[in-house]
Amino acid sequence: VIRLTREPIDYAGLTERVRSPHCGAVVTFLGTVRDITGEKTTVALDYEAYGGMAEKKLAEIEADVRQRWPVGDVAMIHRLGRIEVGEISVAVAVSCPHRADAFAACRHAIDRLKELVPIWKQEHWADGRTEWAHP
Amino acid sequence: MIVRVRLFARARDLAGEDALEIDLPSGGSVADLRARLGETCPALKPLLTRAAVAVNEEFAGDEVIVLPSAEVALLPPVSGGSDG
Repeated sequence: VIRLTREPIDYAGLTERVRSPHCGAVVTFLGTVRDITGEKTTVALDYEAYGGMAEKKLAEIEADVRQRWPVGDVAMIHRLGRIEVGEISVAVAVSCPHRADAFAACRHAIDRLKELVPIWKQEHWADGRTEWAHP
Repeated sequence: MIVRVRLFARARDLAGEDALEIDLPSGGSVADLRARLGETCPALKPLLTRAAVAVNEEFAGDEVIVLPSAEVALLPPVSGGSDG
């Protein structure tokens, strides 16, 4: 399952979707909008995607994860638009027969997602300023 | 040839447009495109050295030749892996 959405992420449903009797381990990562960065306070984030390329890159990451680990299923959802502090911006769920593989596969998927998928976030700071985040 | 370059995030804000039409010589490369982008829209210059270029939804190195039918986009650095 790969999806970009403007709706709140149903992470319980996403986690349920990757479960299977063959997989003794399910790991779900939830990226959540954090309130404090250094000395600055965030009130919301705005996420923007290059949609077609983002979905293509997500599909490549899914294929890569399936090749490296004995994955039952993988699900990746990224939310777009304005997201308030405390809300979930991205969810990755992975099932594997054993937990070491499930943790490693989920970690790899979210790390690659952050590195390769063309999705940008704009900080809305508490003082009213906005700023595109960049490494 | 005219190449339409889609702009995202900070690139779009700097240019004030969500796409730019760039006049690129036939057989021009991504490196040529970067140079022409800076000439056409100087506001983009601070970002150009750090931004990636995508051709047909794939990251494209400076040596890649841009074909007339290509879908081209300028991609500022993405959110990064250090947080969240």
